[in-house]
This record gives sequence, structure tokens and C-alpha cells, in this order.
Amino acid sequence: MALAIWALPAFHAHWLARSLAVVADPFSPTNIFDAAATPAHLIRGNADFVLGLTLAIFLVVGGLMLWVVVRYRSRPTDDNTEPIQIYGSNQIELSWTVIPILLVFMLFLTTARVIFATESIPKPSNALDVTVIGHQFWWEYRYPSLGIVTANELHIPVSDPEHPTPVYLTMSSADTDHSYWVPRLAGKMDLIPNRVNVMWMDPTTPGLYLGQCAQYCGTQHAKMLLRVYADSPADFQAWVKQQQAPSAASATLTPEQLAGKSVFEHNACMNCHTIAGTGAKGLFGPDLTHMASRATLASGAFDNTPENLKQWIDEPDSFKPGALMPPMHLNEKDLNAVTAYLTTLK
Amino acid sequence: MATTTAIDLTNQTKPKKLFLQIAHEWITTVDHKKLGIMYIVYALFFLVVAGAMAVLMRIQLAVPHNHFVSPQVFNRLFTMHGTTMVFFVGMPVLLGFGNYLVPLMIGARDMAFPRLNAFSFWISAFAGILFYYSYIGGDGLYGAGSAPDVGWFAYAPLTAKVFSPGHSTDYWTFAVLLSGIGSTGTGINLIATILSMRCKGMTLSRLPLLPWLFLVVSCLILVTISPLTAAQIMLTLDRYLGAHFFDSQAGGSAILWMHFFWIFGHPEVYVLVMPAFAFVNEIIPVFSRKAMFGYSAMVAATVAIGFISLSVWAHHMFTVGLGAEGNLFFTISTMIISIPTGIKIFNWIATMWGGKIIFKSPMLFCTGFLFQFLIAGLTGIMLSASPFDWQLGNSYFVVAHFHYVLVGAIIFALFGAFYYWYPKITGRMLNETLAKWHFWLFVIGFHLTFDFMHVPGLLGMPRRIYTYEPGRGWEIWNLIVGAGAIFQSIATLIFVGNMIWSYYRGKVAGPDPWDAWTLEWSTSSPPPDYNFAIEPSVSSRRPLWDLKHPEDVDTDYE
Repeated sequence: MALAIWALPAFHAHWLARSLAVVADPFSPTNIFDAAATPAHLIRGNADFVLGLTLAIFLVVGGLMLWVVVRYRSRPTDDNTEPIQIYGSNQIELSWTVIPILLVFMLFLTTARVIFATESIPKPSNALDVTVIGHQFWWEYRYPSLGIVTANELHIPVSDPEHPTPVYLTMSSADTDHSYWVPRLAGKMDLIPNRVNVMWMDPTTPGLYLGQCAQYCGTQHAKMLLRVYADSPADFQAWVKQQQAPSAASATLTPEQLAGKSVFEHNACMNCHTIAGTGAKGLFGPDLTHMASRATLASGAFDNTPENLKQWIDEPDSFKPGALMPPMHLNEKDLNAVTAYLTTLK
Repeated sequence: MATTTAIDLTNQTKPKKLFLQIAHEWITTVDHKKLGIMYIVYALFFLVVAGAMAVLMRIQLAVPHNHFVSPQVFNRLFTMHGTTMVFFVGMPVLLGFGNYLVPLMIGARDMAFPRLNAFSFWISAFAGILFYYSYIGGDGLYGAGSAPDVGWFAYAPLTAKVFSPGHSTDYWTFAVLLSGIGSTGTGINLIATILSMRCKGMTLSRLPLLPWLFLVVSCLILVTISPLTAAQIMLTLDRYLGAHFFDSQAGGSAILWMHFFWIFGHPEVYVLVMPAFAFVNEIIPVFSRKAMFGYSAMVAATVAIGFISLSVWAHHMFTVGLGAEGNLFFTISTMIISIPTGIKIFNWIATMWGGKIIFKSPMLFCTGFLFQFLIAGLTGIMLSASPFDWQLGNSYFVVAHFHYVLVGAIIFALFGAFYYWYPKITGRMLNETLAKWHFWLFVIGFHLTFDFMHVPGLLGMPRRIYTYEPGRGWEIWNLIVGAGAIFQSIATLIFVGNMIWSYYRGKVAGPDPWDAWTLEWSTSSPPPDYNFAIEPSVSSRRPLWDLKHPEDVDTDYE
């Protein structure tokens, strides 16, 4: 009997989670059950247990309700007498107090294990540190040990399960509250100004993992998308090398691209953006040193193509109304030039 | 019949009054019944307004990358919808029912402080008007003429002057603050009334469950509105007098606001749901034809929920980095609350067990309440497990969960209460055919919307986004969720129509149409200004049962 009680939730958890996964997998790249890193796996285990337990409770209590509603409904054939009045029963009431207490205790202990396994394990010495700073409405990434600053697309090495190399994200915010949520990798963690939070992840399969900001942070909260690239060790090394190298030297630029560079440096662009090796040292917007190497612009809002880039510079609100980048009101020639220049920043 | 002893049978015809006389009478009234009705009508008006806002949001989210409304408008919509539903629908409608019913159920002629009662109503009403005036007078994040757009829990530092210039946030602050003053006044009033104005023979152990629950709710109001009020004042100091409580740009703490808000915000959930329990506690026994099973346990569970609800607030903050110990504490405190809540559910089932359940409209809605509240409680257990919450928190799963509580449980119980007490309030029955249409359409709409709303949350969709990316597997679910809103809207319109039609054409109810057992059914419908012609006297929890069954009185068993 005891075995049956334990097996029941486990069975249902398995069944429920599987059916959810089947519904979701082919369609959703952000399914929380489709775990691809240890923190998400730990949560998945906790979720399966909770789902199984609650499903069992639902079947028992919901079944009781259904039974009562059907069995004790009044019927036309009833006589006019009132049913027997019952005022309570100490034994029964005690039982439905004690059993839930035991269930809560069990649930709490299993949950506590997952909390400690996620939040209280020591950080391995070979972990990669990345600093994440939330901005309205984009993400800034800094790799202190590698000397890299980038934005919106996080590159991390995959972790070998034999010798785990987790990535530790140290997070804060430059303005309002944000929350970092890539469902397949880990639960969310908030980025809060004046506060430092830490989360970790260790994807074992290379690929692109999607997510987005999960704490309302202002007008464009919806288009503060997250892209995490888990690269194979070789790919990650290549990416690091590319990011550490300076972007194209002026000598290699065409006259139009050079003109674009001048437009960039003689307009307000440089107040907000940094391009290493130039006079542009602004910190308010994303670092553009290697922006042409990114697949998307405006925090994942659209693909990084020259046409989109030009339209974005001309009229940011057309992609992301409420974004903090102002329209620069450049003439067509300057617009083309600055677009041509930016596309060289590989 | 003996049940009508409290009714004055002398000639009651009154001269017809002019409109101005009627208006004057309502505006200057201190009668708990008139104030209760005004609370309820006021709340119904805002229910329709904020419901319409929900429909606009569902249209925007029906397909990805929709351009039905701008992000600015959408952000205002969810802020106004949430704030309105909590402060200008939930609170007034529940306090309105409390106002109307508590004195009648304890055999009193009015509340303890009738003038405070009128003040509380009018300041709450003013708060609602002030809140919507923001559409004209506010000047939000984006320029002239805008309503608040910081979300109903208005996290710092988004509310700081630098991120929210203009006055829209101030309208939010003061509307909420003023409605809190009204709620506090009514809370004090209800406590004083229940403790000191019970009729002869009504000891606390014979107090019907509805006043018992309103007593606990009122105590919770006093405890929880205070930190909210304090926080609103601190926020205003931040914005205008250079204080730095929450202003993180100057060293303030965003987390501090969260603590202040949720130490109010979570008990607030119980402030809203306990009146729903109270309605169900009255309706289920009458329609099952049985006494409440485990009365003492019900009272104890209510008081326990009241206390425990004050210790769970940071389960709204599992993702802010409380650390393992903090998460552990709020996980266990939150899980513990399921124990007294479970006791309530079991007691309701046991009350129905062995009864002869009559499925008229009040009971239909209470049955819906039972099933839906069970599911809402179970998704609540999922969210209480903090690791699972790291995924579910702030996703559409949470939105679905709390709408299951607010709509599936509270609104269903509230509809049940309308069908149950409307005859007492107006003297006429609501039309039962329309009631069935209302019920079934609302059940279909509710489940279409809020069952399927859980799914996009599991698939990674966060709340409060004005649009979403295609290809994430969210499209179909959002479309279904939107379709459910149509059913709910139609059902609500049928309900409002039924209330208006029945007011003029409904079947005359008489004093006791449900063959019920508590004191409000011993006086005429609607009750006269003085409620009871002679002061009632009781010797059990069900005085009218005793009168109807002199051979088998409750007094022998309690």
C-alpha cells in the first residue's frame, strides 16, 4: 500500500510531463520542461514531483467533489423532509488535518534539496565569469577574464558533463528591474539596481537558447529578448579571438565607410555607444565594436541586415516604439554612409 | 409563520418621491444597506470597465506582432486593469456585501459607526474617480494625457521621477492611498459592529460564519493596508521631497518597495478571497439542506489563514535573490497555508455529503467555485515550491493561477452571492433561466481563457508583454485564451441585463425565498430602514432552523 501511494505521484508526474513535452517540443524553443542545463534539470525534477503530488490530490479531492455533487443532488422523487443534520466529527477532521501536514512536510523536504543544490553549491575554480547588466531595453555582457564587452547575444562554452565548466552570471541593473530567463537553461533571476545577484548554467549541447526579460521594466519590456549561444570549445575560442581583436582598421575602409565613421563620430551616436579604437566611448547604449558579428539588433528585435540597420538608425520606433535610441535625422547620404561603416564592425 | 416575527405588518405604503429627493436621500444616507448597495453598484461599474480593458489586451495578444494598440497603451491597460480590479472592484464589492449583510446577520439595526461608514464609501468612490481622471490629468512616461503604466505592483525604481516623469504615477499613488483609507474605515467599523452589536443570545460561537470571516478580513485590512499606505507616502517623498527610500539611482532599495508592497499584497489576496469563502459558507449549507460541517474548525482555519497569510509575502520574490535560507522560509510558510485551506475544502464537501443538493443558480456558482478553487490551490502549491517558481514566476502561468483565484473562485462565489441575496436586497428574484445561461457561458469562457492560459507560461511566455515573437509555440494558446474572453463578456452582459430586468419584472421574493436559516431572512425583502421591527434573539447558529423545526433545534447539538 505504501508503495502504491509513492508510485502514484511518480507515475502521474512522468505521464503529465511527457504529455506536456510532446505537446510542446516541436513548437517551442522556450519550453521549461525541455531542460538543457543542470539548473533547469533540477527544477524539472522538482516540477515533476510537485505535478505528480498535486495531480494525485486533484484526482482524490476532485473525485470526492464530483461524487458528492452527483450522488447527493436532490431528485424530483425526494420527499420534503430535511436530510440528517451532522455538525462535525473530530476523527474525520483530524485526519484531513494530519494527512496534509505530512504531505506538506514531504514536499518541503524534497523542495529544500533542490534549493540547496541550485543556490548553495560551491563555485568550481574553472567556471567562466560573465557580468550581465540590464538596461532599458537591452543586455550588456562583460567577460572580465577575457577583456570582452558585448551586448544582447551571450556566447558561452558548452560544459563537458565529465569536467563541468559552468558559466556564472553576476548580474545587476543600470536602471529599472529586469529578470534573466532562458527557460531551457535555468530558472529566472532578477537584475536589480544597487544589488548583485548570481546565477549559473552549464548547457551540454551546443546551440542557441532563447528567452526574454521577465520583469516589467518599461515601455519595451516585450522586446528585451535573450539569446544565449552555447558554443563548442573550438567555436567559443574562435569567437573569443574575434571579439578580442580590434575591428576593421581605418586603412581598410572604403571612402563611403570612412565617411560613415566620421558621421558616427560627429553626431550624438558616440555619446551613447562605444567602438573600441575610435573616439566613441559612450556607455549608455550597447558596445558596437563587433556589432556586425551579431545575428540580431535591438536586443533580438530583428535580424541584423544592412536594410534593417539603416531603418533602425533612421527611425528606431518603427521596430521598437519606446526604445531609448533617438532618431538621428540624418540625410540619406549620411544614413547610407553610417550604415556602411557599421556593417564593417565584424 | 413563526419565521416572520421580525416584520412590521402595519401599512408600509410611502408617498412617491421626486428624483431630487431620492438623490438627496442616497447621497446623505448613513444606512448600511444603502451604502452597501452603492458600494456594489460602484464596483460593478468598474468591473465592466476593467473587464473591457482585459478584452482589449486579449485582442492585442491574439496574434504575434499585433499592432492593435501601442506598447504605451498596452502598458497602461494592464496597470489600470489590475489596479482597478483589486482596489475598485474587489475591495468595494466585498466590503459592500459585508456592509449590507453583517448587521442583518447579527441582528443589528446598523453598523457601529454609520457616519464613518458613509465617509469610507465616499472616499473610496472619490479614489476611483481620481484614478480614472489620470487619463485626462496624468502625464506619464510618454507625454500628455496618460494613465499610470507602472504595473499594479509598481516596482521601484520604475516609479522614480527619472523613469516616470509627469503625474500618472502620482494618480496611482493617491488613488490607492485614498481607497486604503476607505477600506481601513470600513475595517474598523466591521470589527466594532461584529464585536459589540450582536443581538441577544448571539455569542461568538453562535456567530454565523459570514460575519466571522468578515471579522478576520477586517483585522487583516487593518494590519496590511498600513504598510501600503506607508509605502505610498515614502514613494511620494522620493518623487517630490528628495527622499531616497526606493530611488536606486541615489542609493535607495528597490527590494524595500517589494517587501512593503507584498506584505500588503499577499494578505490582500486573502482579504479578497475570504469574503468569497464567507458567501460559500452561507450558500452551501442552505442548498445542501444541512448544517455547516465542522463550524469550529472553519473558524479556526480562517483565523489560522489570517495569521499565516502575514508570513508568506516574499514568495512573490523568489527570483530577487533572497538566498537559499530566505527561499526556504517562504517556501515552507506558503506550503503551510494549504493546510487550513484544505480543511475548508473538506468541510464544504462534508457539508454537501449526505445532503439534498438543490442546484439553483447560487449553488451552481458555488459548485464552480469549489472545483476551480481546488485547482487554483493546487497551482498555488506548484508556485510555492520555489525552484518550480523560478521558472513559473512572472510567467503566464502565474497570471493564469491568480485569475483562477480571482475569477474562478472569488468572482464565481460573488455571482453566487448576487443570486442568493439579490432577492433580499431588491425584494425580487433574479430570472433563473438567464442565470443558467450566465452560468454555463461563464463556465465555458472561464475555462477556455484560464485553463489554456497556463500553457504559454510553461512554454516561456512572460507576463506584461504587449506583443510576442512568432515561433515560440504561444500563438494557438493566446488565440484560445482570447476566444474565452468573448464568452465571459457575453455572460457578464446577460448577468447585468438580468439584474436590471429582474429589478422591475422579477418574481416577488418574499422574506425567505430559499428556506434559509440566518437572521437576514427573518425580515422583509428589502428590509426596512431599521432592519428588524423587534430586536431578534437567538439560541443557536441557525435561529430560523430552530423556528422552523421546534422539535429538532440546533441548540441541542452545538
